[in-house]
Amino acid sequence: MKKLHFLEVEGNTKGFYTFLGLFGLISVIGMLAAYYMEHNGHWVTGMNNQIIWGTPHVFAIFLIVAASGALNVASISSVFAKTAYKPLARLSGMLALALLSGGLMVLLLDLGRPDRLIVAMTKFNFVSIFTWNIFLYTGFMGIVGIYLWTMMDRPYNNLTKKAGMAAFIWRLVLTTGTGSIFGFLIAREAYDSALLAPMFIIMSFSFGLAFFMLVLIGSYKYTQRDLGDYIVNRLKNLLGVFVAAVLYFVLVYHVTNLYSADHRGITAFILTDGGIYTFLFWVVQIVLGSLVPLGLLYGPTGNNRTMIGLASVLIIIGGMAQLYVIIIGGQAYPMHLFPGMEVSSSFYDGVVASYSPSLPEVLLGLGGFGVTLLLVTVAVAALKFLPASLADAVADPHSK
Amino acid sequence: MTINIENEKQQDTAAEVESSRRNFIFGSVAAAGLSVAPGVMLYQTANARSLSDFSLKDGASSKVRWGMLVDTSKQVDWNKCVEACNKEHGLGNETNSRDDQKTQYIRVVDVTNKGTGHSMSLPVMCQHCENAPCVDVCPTGASMKRADGIVLVDRHRCIGCRYCMMACPYKARSFVHEVLTDQTENTPRGKGCVESCNMCVNRIDNGQEPACVEASDGAIVFGDLNDPNSTISTLLKEHGGKQIRADLKLNPGVHYQGI
Ligand code: SF4
Ligand code: SF4
Repeated sequence: MKKLHFLEVEGNTKGFYTFLGLFGLISVIGMLAAYYMEHNGHWVTGMNNQIIWGTPHVFAIFLIVAASGALNVASISSVFAKTAYKPLARLSGMLALALLSGGLMVLLLDLGRPDRLIVAMTKFNFVSIFTWNIFLYTGFMGIVGIYLWTMMDRPYNNLTKKAGMAAFIWRLVLTTGTGSIFGFLIAREAYDSALLAPMFIIMSFSFGLAFFMLVLIGSYKYTQRDLGDYIVNRLKNLLGVFVAAVLYFVLVYHVTNLYSADHRGITAFILTDGGIYTFLFWVVQIVLGSLVPLGLLYGPTGNNRTMIGLASVLIIIGGMAQLYVIIIGGQAYPMHLFPGMEVSSSFYDGVVASYSPSLPEVLLGLGGFGVTLLLVTVAVAALKFLPASLADAVADPHSK
Repeated sequence: MTINIENEKQQDTAAEVESSRRNFIFGSVAAAGLSVAPGVMLYQTANARSLSDFSLKDGASSKVRWGMLVDTSKQVDWNKCVEACNKEHGLGNETNSRDDQKTQYIRVVDVTNKGTGHSMSLPVMCQHCENAPCVDVCPTGASMKRADGIVLVDRHRCIGCRYCMMACPYKARSFVHEVLTDQTENTPRGKGCVESCNMCVNRIDNGQEPACVEASDGAIVFGDLNDPNSTISTLLKEHGGKQIRADLKLNPGVHYQGI
């Protein structure tokens, strides 16, 4: 194995400015959309008193969940001492920070009063899992930041393993915390499951690695650096395992819910008669977002970079659909004030709530991706995150 | 503001109280519009039955737990309660919001038993849970429970995360989706914040009963659940009562008979 050499991406190129401009534009549009919603109030959105958390939450939670998953590659390298992943550990840590920043921005800008951020940062209710999440997110930023530093500053290299371990533990807690936001909603059938938090963890593995894959393949392609099959194949096999694991969890989640009388209603709703939610579940989440990518990754196309990239995009789209079904489908299904009875009221009791995402909501969500990618673009140009080459001769520990 | 109703020990019947109140309300609306001055409130209080322990002299007291008992078997038009609430808190002044975005503190829920075909209606508002999930989940502490059991939102602290709405099993909360003008003095409301029935805390602190109670023709009884001799406790003791979704063990302060 040749010596690993990290190098900044050349910043003064047309390609670099194109990406910078593109991602910057998406970010700015997202912020303008947020300003529009904030200025008018949420009546300009599809959200209402039934669908309380809308499309921005789908994007935000996706990004936050993916953030912790993006750290996987680094964790495998430092915590599980797999040298093959070491060249990618820096990118992995940086991506985790960028994804978290994008997600938090969306979450923040969708608040009714984002101007009161200072209240959220100074007045805490420690009974609230939300409060704990604020600490989990800021802590994650700090710990991963330190971890990156130990990797990039030679005198501190010997601390990398410890910092990596801390970051690994923190990220598991963080995703559990994110999943638990829903776990505390006792009256909503969709969320009342002990499986939700572990499912979020495994989802994070899959979403985070899919995103990592895209950034890796994309950045090496556009900087014309070598990226050998050795590393790509390892990652894509891992990605396939994660996708299959999510699928398994989804299966267990729905099967156990079918066996519990309290949850049969919501399960039937999602699986059979939930309209858009049923469609998103079967067609987008299961077929397009899981089965097709598995075929692409493990089938004859498994060595084709474009197909691996496509599989990653589909996994991300499937993941968004999955969160849409969980978050919005879970709210659309009526809560039971009087279980077993038929109820109706002027406040939409007993009926499936209607919701259609508005353009500003979608733009704000995409803005989160924009911010993430903008940060990544700036970071790879400013600091030594990417190895100059990941050709097999460099990346494969067994190559001579 | 101190309320001089200490010595009021009249034992009016509920009906008398109701009628004197309604008269007062209509009179005062005619005379002074919606923003009734504190002095006028005082006059009403003095006319009502003994509400001495309702008054707030040293802040909310944990000795008291305010609650309500709704008798659904009484043939009353619950919409009158809804109207009274809307009027009291200045609700329904949204100009842009869709119907599913408008605030409702109290609503009439129709319940039908599919098996027997029996149906009934009941008013549902914030149930003022003892173990309120909305209070537990609120990251800033804006959603809070007073010592006397009233659950409300400090709208100067609320960041509009809507987590409390997600957590409330009774769908009791609304989000303000637009800029509001034309508000009542006692119930400040603001775009981007969450709100819900506050048991007319402004009235209770003034020694009055909540607006829906007053409009209910005696079908809703308001009082101190901690006082074994209060009307509400006596009624609950004699006839029993149920809480909606009692299985969730939130111990709501609103009880129902006939459900
Ligand atoms: S009914 Fe809902 S809003 Fe009211 S106290 Fe209970 S949880 Fe909170
Ligand atoms: S919306 Fe306001 S009251 Fe409700 S949980 Fe968030 S900060 Fe608390």
